[in-house]
Amino acid sequence: MSAASAAAATRASTAEADRLSRVFSALADPTRRDMVARLAVGDATVNELAEPYDVSLQAVSKHLKVLEDAGLVSRSRDAQRRPVHLEAEVFDLMTKWIERYRREAEERYRRLDDLLRTMPDDLDTGQRQERRR
Amino acid sequence: MTTTTHETEISLDPKVPLVRITREFDAPREKVFRAHTDPELVKQWLGPRGYEMRVDHFDCRTGGSYRYVHLNPDGAEFCFHGSFHEVRPSEVIVQTFTYEGDPDGVALERLVLEDLGNGRTRLVGTSLVDSFEGRDAFVASGMEDGIRQSYERLDEMLAG
Repeated sequence: MSAASAAAATRASTAEADRLSRVFSALADPTRRDMVARLAVGDATVNELAEPYDVSLQAVSKHLKVLEDAGLVSRSRDAQRRPVHLEAEVFDLMTKWIERYRREAEERYRRLDDLLRTMPDDLDTGQRQERRR
Repeated sequence: MTTTTHETEISLDPKVPLVRITREFDAPREKVFRAHTDPELVKQWLGPRGYEMRVDHFDCRTGGSYRYVHLNPDGAEFCFHGSFHEVRPSEVIVQTFTYEGDPDGVALERLVLEDLGNGRTRLVGTSLVDSFEGRDAFVASGMEDGIRQSYERLDEMLAG
């Protein structure tokens, strides 16, 4: 783990962390992940979203409410079908966060690549790595 | 999902607050292991760019412990400590990880080294924390940097 990340995390604004947390917990459910994957293809009505699942429309509506509260989806107020729409920019934001974290790790490991190239093959590692028991 | 075999992969588990890092190295796992256990070597790569690393102690064996400090260019100190829970040479390191700015917080980390043959090694590191909030704040830190947007990580996450 990156030390700077850990330190910075304690300074991360609560609002950002809360928002991100709602997004991640909304996606912690496999049915909701399925729905999101489906909506990535295009908008869909509640009925269309409910089709593949052996659950009530109410249950599907509940899942949608969680996704809506997390800002992941929105529903048109005027159209009669009230199709559900995926808010792609929320994913862009998450992707940014994850990519930044990945880059930090990649930077560390490139330094490790360099180190591994210069390390002798037959260095005596001594007893340090022996188990104590 | 990577562009080359060497790029670091990150995935967030949707069911438990865990981050997984995967990376391959052109070196046998004995060497990669040594770079993780010898403090003189660890100092040369661990930690953010531009930071100096000072090791108080680093006893990487089952039942051992560590404490080190990262100093940023302004001299501010960020201290970390933990215990080595299980260490098997060239195979696995299981350890705890605490940032002393948040002393009650602790991550359980596991590092597994896989021999890919031909002198190559795959490193799989996981870090488990006690809440999604903690995990996500960890990953979200440093988000201000402008970076390329892509849906690849989303695919990985959704594939969970």
